[in-house]
Formats: sequence, C-alpha cells, structure tokens
Amino acid sequence: MQFGVFTVGDVTPDPTSGRVPSEGERIRAMVAIAEKAEEVGLDVFATGEHHNPPFVPSSPTTMLGYVAARTERLVLSTSTTLITTNDPVKIAEDFAMLQHLAGGRVDVMMGRGNQGPVYPWFGQDIRQGIPLAIENYHLLHRLWREDVVDWEGKFRTPLQGFTSTPRPLDGVPPFVWHGSIRSPEIAEQAAYYGDGFFHNHIFWPPEHTKRMVELYRQRYEHYGHGRADQAIVGLGGQVFMRPNSQDAVREFRPYFNDAPVYGGGPSLEQFTEQTPLTVGSPQQVIDRTLGFRDYVGDYQRQLFLIDHAGLPLKTVLEQLDILGEEVVPVLRKEFAARKPAHVPEAPTHESLVQAQRGAEGSTA
Amino acid sequence: MTRVLAISAGLSQPSTTRLLADRLVTATRGELGDETAVDVVELRDYAHDITDGLLTGFANQHLRPVLDQLHAADGLILVSPTFTASYSGLFKSFIDLVEPGSVQGKPVLLAATGGTERHSLVLEHALRPLLAYLRAQAVPTAVYAASADWGSDADLNQRITRAASELATAVRDQPQHERTDPFTDPVPFEQLLHETTTR
Repeated sequence: MQFGVFTVGDVTPDPTSGRVPSEGERIRAMVAIAEKAEEVGLDVFATGEHHNPPFVPSSPTTMLGYVAARTERLVLSTSTTLITTNDPVKIAEDFAMLQHLAGGRVDVMMGRGNQGPVYPWFGQDIRQGIPLAIENYHLLHRLWREDVVDWEGKFRTPLQGFTSTPRPLDGVPPFVWHGSIRSPEIAEQAAYYGDGFFHNHIFWPPEHTKRMVELYRQRYEHYGHGRADQAIVGLGGQVFMRPNSQDAVREFRPYFNDAPVYGGGPSLEQFTEQTPLTVGSPQQVIDRTLGFRDYVGDYQRQLFLIDHAGLPLKTVLEQLDILGEEVVPVLRKEFAARKPAHVPEAPTHESLVQAQRGAEGSTA
Repeated sequence: MTRVLAISAGLSQPSTTRLLADRLVTATRGELGDETAVDVVELRDYAHDITDGLLTGFANQHLRPVLDQLHAADGLILVSPTFTASYSGLFKSFIDLVEPGSVQGKPVLLAATGGTERHSLVLEHALRPLLAYLRAQAVPTAVYAASADWGSDADLNQRITRAASELATAVRDQPQHERTDPFTDPVPFEQLLHETTTR
C-alpha cells in the first residue's frame, strides 16, 4: 500500500499570527513538504492544480519536475489535473516529459475542478464538465498509446497525423486515477478504462465515498479488468496529530475554525464525527485510518492533507515526522496483514512495464 | 402508502405557522384517508444543520433524513412565515439544500402566515415562483393566514379545505414515476462517450 500527502496549495493567513506567506514562500514550502515526505519514508506527493488566488499551483509538472530532481524514490502525482479545461494534447506531452525526467516516478489524477470561472477563462462551459472529462480523456488515452492519431471531437480542434512527443517512457503511459466526489459518470469512466479511482474523502461523510467506490468496483469487474475487490482505489484523509490528543485539538482548533471550505460551520468535534478528519494522537489516526477499509474494502493508496488552512511549514514538517515515524509504519504492517493475496498493489511504472512485457511475451 | 410531508418554517414557540401547518395536515389527511402518513417537520429544529449544510456542502446526519423524506414524499405542504415581504431566510436556506429533482413534478400546497393580510400576496410573488422554478406542481389554492384570521374568519377554514382537496386530488392523480438511481443503474460508458461525441 502506498502512503503520501496531497496539497491544495492554498495561500491562507495563519489565524494564530495573521501572517500570510508570499506565493514564493508557499511554493518553496510545497517543495519542502515533498522532500520531507520522501525523507520520512512516504511514497507519494500530489499537488493540486488551480488557476486563481489564493492558490499557487497553476503549473504542476513544472513543480513536480523540480521535485523529481531533488528526490529519488517519491512517486509524483496530482490532485487533480484538470481534464476539463486543459488541452489533452498538452497533458499528454507534459506528463510524458515528466515521466522521462523522473525515471517513471509519475502518475496523474484526473479531475474536473470546481471553480466556476476557470471554465470560461479557458474557453469552456462548466455545464459541459462531464462531457469534457469524457472526451478529453478519451483523446489523452489514445495519444499515449497510438503513435499517430487522427482525431475529431466536439471540444478540441481536430488532429490529423499527430504524434504526441515524447512518447511515454518505455512505451508505458503514466498510471491514471480519476477523482470525483459524487459523479457516478466518473466512477464509470475509471472502471471502463481499468484505471484507478480516487475519492477525496475529506470534507464529506463516508457514505458518499462508500457509494462511489462500490459503483467503481462493480463496474471494474463488469468491464473485465478483474474482480471488484481487485480494482485500484485511493482515498484522501485529513489529520492533525500531537502525542497528547488534547494538545492536538487545542493547537488545531483555530486553524479549523478559520479554514476555507468548512470554517464558520460545524464545530471541530461535529466535523470530526461527520467526516474522516482526525485530530488527536498518532494512535487515533492509526485506528481511524484502518477503519476506512471497513467501507471501501482493501485499497491501494492513502493520501493525507496536512498543509492547508494556514498551518506554518514548521508544523507541517512535524506532522510529516509523526506520520513517518509513528503512523505509516504501523499502517503498512496492519493493512498488509489484512489484505488478501489476490488484491494487487497500486501500479507503478516498474509493475506496468513488467505487465506489458508479460503481455508481449504471451502474444509472441 | 401515500406519504405527505409538511414543512413549517415558523420560528416562535408556539408558532402560528406550525398551527396553520397542522390545520392543513389534518384537512389533507381527511381528504386522503387514514392510510396517509403525514409528518410535520419544523425547520427551527434544523436551523444550525441547515447553515452547516450551506457552508460545508453536505447535509449532516441530523438533516439528511429530512431531505430523504422530502424526496420520497408523494406531496408536500410548505408553510413559511412572512418576513420582510417574503418567505423567511431559514425557509429559503432549506429549499437551497433540496436537490431540484426531489420536488420536480411533485404536488405542493403553499401556505404562509403574517401579522396582517396586507402581506397575503407573498404566496403569489415569492412562494409560487420559487416552486415554479423547481418545476413543482403547486396547487391553485394557496393559504394565507393573518393574525386576525385566527379570530372570526370562517373563510380560513374554507381556504384550508379547498387547498387540501386540491392537494389530495393532485397526489392521487399523479402518475407513478420511477426515480432511477444512477448508482444502482449507471449509464454505460459507451453511451456516455456516444452522447458526448454526437451532442
């Protein structure tokens, strides 16, 4: 099982000091978080993509390319890449380039985005969100698998005799996750291609996650990629830890109360009860996270959100230390002990290359 | 079994809005028979949950059953006090959390209370357009009760009876529509792709 962090990349004032980091500081903090994730033994770093303040990560592959050069093991991913407003040709090119530079340590998560004006800023219509996700990904999927593509669709200018370069590393495209909170069409899409399905899982009650993952698993089996319990599932999570749980609650509360998304709404206690947010001791985080498996089954990737709402970098790096030292080693062991042998791990570049060679060997 | 849900947005306790809702419920049950299950929900009991729902984007475990009940109901009775020339803010906030598909085509009886009969057109200039936007089937008679109506106005009872009768007829006559669940019955991907490329 893979463990990692995903970041939204928000520039939010620290409510305890009023201090606002500059964009440059926040960008460097995101890089520091990625490096620390590798140092403490996590597997994945994923960045969001946004095109409006207060968010900085508009250019994920630039950032991930830089992180790739400063890390050795970490898988670099996104949370999410906007399949609706980006040109699928540019996504194909950018992520293939990143694959080569990072030696294959790359996968990508497709999402539609939820900031209304971003669609018109990029010449699109938010009401076409699902059709854009479907058509654009269909083209992207072909661009990574066919050397020469002829294409005509509804949304993008046609292509005749187009070759996306560089070709994917070792002829194997990056593994793709599709993220959606509540659109059954996206679970269906992930299942159709045999891709992974990621549920953001934070900010919402677990029933939504359960329903979406169940649908994805059933349809994954329907499309013949394997058994339902072999489908590739990833989840988000949101944690804040201190050795003593009361200290964690006391320290996190001002950040919670002012946080974007839920600030001013339910109390920390209510929100912790209603959603997967866990604020407490490392052991509480371990217990809660192991419980996710009860409603989504054995899954392959767990990403934590730890750096939003204005938390200072120093605190975030301390959170990573706790994750790396006390939480993830236990979770790895406990999840592994529960996982049946026929449930696969998350695909990596190496495993996909092996699978491709195996397939070529059997047809030769 | 026929299920009718009454929503009362009254804030005071005891509430005249609730009193009117109860009268409408009794009259509707009288028309539809004892086999009809009629529940009354007071939005005051859910005021914090409604605000939280607006801020977080999801209905919590306390509010969720109300929205589910509304979705499943065969008919609705919606009663709001008149605040500042319109329905109350709490009433509108609740309606903002209702999935549009939940009320589409559904028979709805509209009612409102107020201090004076001068506000009675709130039914026609505020409530009815709101429900028209949601494509609900609002019955022709809407019931307004001013404070004075609780005294000697025999017309209030007549209006209640007429409106309840219209709601009962609409509930009885509505076609049995199947609500499909996209999670148990997903649109196959080939169809999604085909619809995209031929749209």
